[in-house]
Amino acid sequence: MSAGGPSGPRVLNLGIAAFGEAIREAGGSAVDIDWRPPADGSRDAGLALAATVNHPRVEAANRLAFDRFLAADPRAMGIAPALAALPGMGERTILHAGPPVEWEAMCGPMRGAVLGAILFEGWAGDIDAARDLADAGGVEFDSCHHHAAVGPMSGVTSPSMPVWAVENVQAGNVAFCGLNEGLGRVLRFGANGPEVIERLRWMQGELADVLARTLAAHGPVELKPLIAQALHMGDEAHNRNAAATSLLVKRLIAPALACGADPEAVARVFGFIAGNDHFFLNLSMAACKAMLDAARGVECASMVTAMARNGVEFGIQTSATGDRWFTAPAPVVDGLYFSGFGREHGSRDIGDSAITETAGLGGFAMAAAPAIVRFVGGSASEAIAASRRMRAIALGANPAFTLPILDFAAAPAGIDARRVVDSGVRPIVNTGIAHREAGIGQIGAGITAAPMDCFVRAVRALHGALAEAEDGPA
Amino acid sequence: MATETLLLRGLFRDSVTLMQLAAALEAEPGIARASVAMASPANLAMLAESGVALESIEARANDLLVVVEGDDADALAAALERAAAMLDGGARQHAAPGGEAAPPRPRSLAEAVDAAPDATLALISCPGEYAAAEAMKALRLGLDAMVFSDNVSLDDEVALKREAARRGRLLMGPDCGTAIVGGVPLGFANRVRRGAVGIVGASGTGLQQVACLVDRHGAGISHAIGAGGRDLSRQVGGTTTLRGLAMLAADPGTDCIVLVSKPPDEAVMRRLLDAAGAAGKPVIACFVGARPPPELPANLRFAATLDEAAALAAGTAGAAGPGGDPPVPRAAGPGRLVGLFSGGTLCYEAQAVAAPLLGRILSNAPLDPSDAWDGESGRHLMLDLGDDAFTRGRPHPMIDYRPRLARIRDAAAAPGTAAILIDVVLGCGAHGDPAAALAPAIGELDGPVAVGSVCGTEADPQRLSRQEAALADAGMVVAASNAQAARIAARIAGGGTA
Repeated sequence: MSAGGPSGPRVLNLGIAAFGEAIREAGGSAVDIDWRPPADGSRDAGLALAATVNHPRVEAANRLAFDRFLAADPRAMGIAPALAALPGMGERTILHAGPPVEWEAMCGPMRGAVLGAILFEGWAGDIDAARDLADAGGVEFDSCHHHAAVGPMSGVTSPSMPVWAVENVQAGNVAFCGLNEGLGRVLRFGANGPEVIERLRWMQGELADVLARTLAAHGPVELKPLIAQALHMGDEAHNRNAAATSLLVKRLIAPALACGADPEAVARVFGFIAGNDHFFLNLSMAACKAMLDAARGVECASMVTAMARNGVEFGIQTSATGDRWFTAPAPVVDGLYFSGFGREHGSRDIGDSAITETAGLGGFAMAAAPAIVRFVGGSASEAIAASRRMRAIALGANPAFTLPILDFAAAPAGIDARRVVDSGVRPIVNTGIAHREAGIGQIGAGITAAPMDCFVRAVRALHGALAEAEDGPA
Repeated sequence: MATETLLLRGLFRDSVTLMQLAAALEAEPGIARASVAMASPANLAMLAESGVALESIEARANDLLVVVEGDDADALAAALERAAAMLDGGARQHAAPGGEAAPPRPRSLAEAVDAAPDATLALISCPGEYAAAEAMKALRLGLDAMVFSDNVSLDDEVALKREAARRGRLLMGPDCGTAIVGGVPLGFANRVRRGAVGIVGASGTGLQQVACLVDRHGAGISHAIGAGGRDLSRQVGGTTTLRGLAMLAADPGTDCIVLVSKPPDEAVMRRLLDAAGAAGKPVIACFVGARPPPELPANLRFAATLDEAAALAAGTAGAAGPGGDPPVPRAAGPGRLVGLFSGGTLCYEAQAVAAPLLGRILSNAPLDPSDAWDGESGRHLMLDLGDDAFTRGRPHPMIDYRPRLARIRDAAAAPGTAAILIDVVLGCGAHGDPAAALAPAIGELDGPVAVGSVCGTEADPQRLSRQEAALADAGMVVAASNAQAARIAARIAGGGTA
């Protein structure tokens, strides 16, 4: 009989732990499940989820999507202005992080960054005029993600800003991300004073120019091996990018000196990069976006292809559902605050940088970065536990990214929305904390988790699509 | 000497890992030499210098190259396979530093199946409102399921059993308190010896009683499959019982089959008897309280009580019959019989046994709906204290004896009570020492006589003989079975002594 045989059943025990113990005492085999009600206890959503578990169409779709993600080979190809590079970018469009949000609803830092971008573009002469322009509907807003792009924190990207172009040469899709401004008073945190605009202009000019020429001299930079190496040097490629930034400098310095650019400009550019441990973050994000975009568009795939926040809402996208967002209110971040600041000063979670966690880096690779675990409020053992815990919601592991402290185990990757709802394990996100008022900048860093409701909504949509497909002609 | 190579593109590993892998590969049988390196120009040049021919390999510093040399082509292929597994198999070896922390427990059935792909059965005892979803997941993952949880709707039960039938899986329950599969106790099960008697029961304590009595007779159980109390209703149609019957019929380790339940729906009973007739081995049907149909297939015997079913099964399996009645200490009747049960089927069986001797018996689970108990006292009464009405928000009376102790004292204090009948159910999950919990209340009795039986085995944690001895010492008339206890109690209440 199927449940019996000479060796007896091999039991998965869900619920009363003592039953598992009794089975083992009687010489049987039982694995106890650390169970809790799925979907935060919604019976209805739990039933929808159950109908998708081990669904052959979903399993096959996820395999395909995940294989495309694993096969992706992102390379930094060059630098170009957003207007020229981004698909569908408009001349009066400003892109922002996270799911779409109207000007009126934007959080403080994002509004500040938008005003700064208007000044940078020269669409208004001063802050008041810039605000009038936005109030009057003189600017179009859209999500970075709708244009193959990502941006940290407010993610504000305007037509003239230079962006990294990262191509997944395996499939040909290209993803984009602006250049990192450094810490302190910077646009992405909502600062828009003269020094911010001046820095943006310099970045648009000298920085973009030298980097473009350097890349042309060097050729495409393979980002996956670089990130893999950085993980072995204490980065998790989201909140710590010190190693990757150093590796990038190491790769680029000789070509930069040989590319024909003014040596003093090269010195300024590399001085700027060397002074910013987060310089690589934007490349990491573009690389992750390029890898995940490769997994888009597989019908019935529940693999998460984006997690992003706009300071008001947290949104996710799945492979099967294209540009559709499944949203929930953005959480307030638990973390350590710089002296003088606290939770009451913090903006809600913001930024596209959760693309790194979506790709199995950041919080998923926390075990790689013991140096920053205290900054994000934990101990080294908690960091290890976090990386291990994420396996519960991952479609698999990415052999390209390994974690030395876990005996070089491959980092979990490919979030399955079903597994999140089923296990109650929410994807963790390492993140910086912006001041809720524009322009004050980063006031801390911490760890947060994607809201369960996003995944519940995604699973309901999947369930609906499956039911429709099964009701239709066979 | 042949050379085989494996090139893994875009796979970065540190040098220590590479050296360890090379050493592991060289230790494989049939491998003369192994090299593992990132395919940088320098490394390729070094390999070439040492005599490895690598014309076809393009130098790429981010590709990982494995080279093995040896005479045996099969060994070379096996070594490369091992290398590939070790390079991405790290995903499955999440050991903590020093190995001190166990890997986290799986959080869902889907995750658990990943970790234990040979799993065959999910035992589901989560809150009832989530049980249907979990059972559905188990079936979808190719598992059999035992749903211990109660409060699963009839609609959900029908849907689950339909799904199980479609997938060729067994769905035990819902509200299946106990089962034994392949010698493994599931839920509130007793530790019975293994043997050749198979049981299918739409009744938890009925199944337990038969299994324990078979054990007492010296025979043993192959499998005891719990179908859930509603399985033989018209709506569910006996899906699980029929499947269990078929599984036991096909099981070479089962010589005879016992069917246990309260009286089934008539159409379902006919289907069941037809299936039993075709089982190809002896079948004993005990539909507690039901009359035997006029015609029975040749291999089928009808048993009126659970102990009769167990004796027939054990006899068929080649063991001895039961002993005589224990002595009764004093005449207490005629008077009222109060039965206080933790097992629903045991309560039902006791009514079926006692009613012909005493007449009407009120109950919260009566034989006849017209005997439904409405709280009145003064007449014969048998209560199933395991019923939802008594257990909402409280432990089950098999675990917590306090409500029963209070009712024993109430019954003793009420005028006219002649006999107090109780069941004591042992097994994993049940109270650790029921006799110790009951002894004071039984010892206090000076008018009414306490009569009871213990459903359990010597291998149960509470140990049958120890419980029986302690209860007898406290003054209880300890019968070998529930039916026997009911008969004795009914005779006492009717005015006799035994």
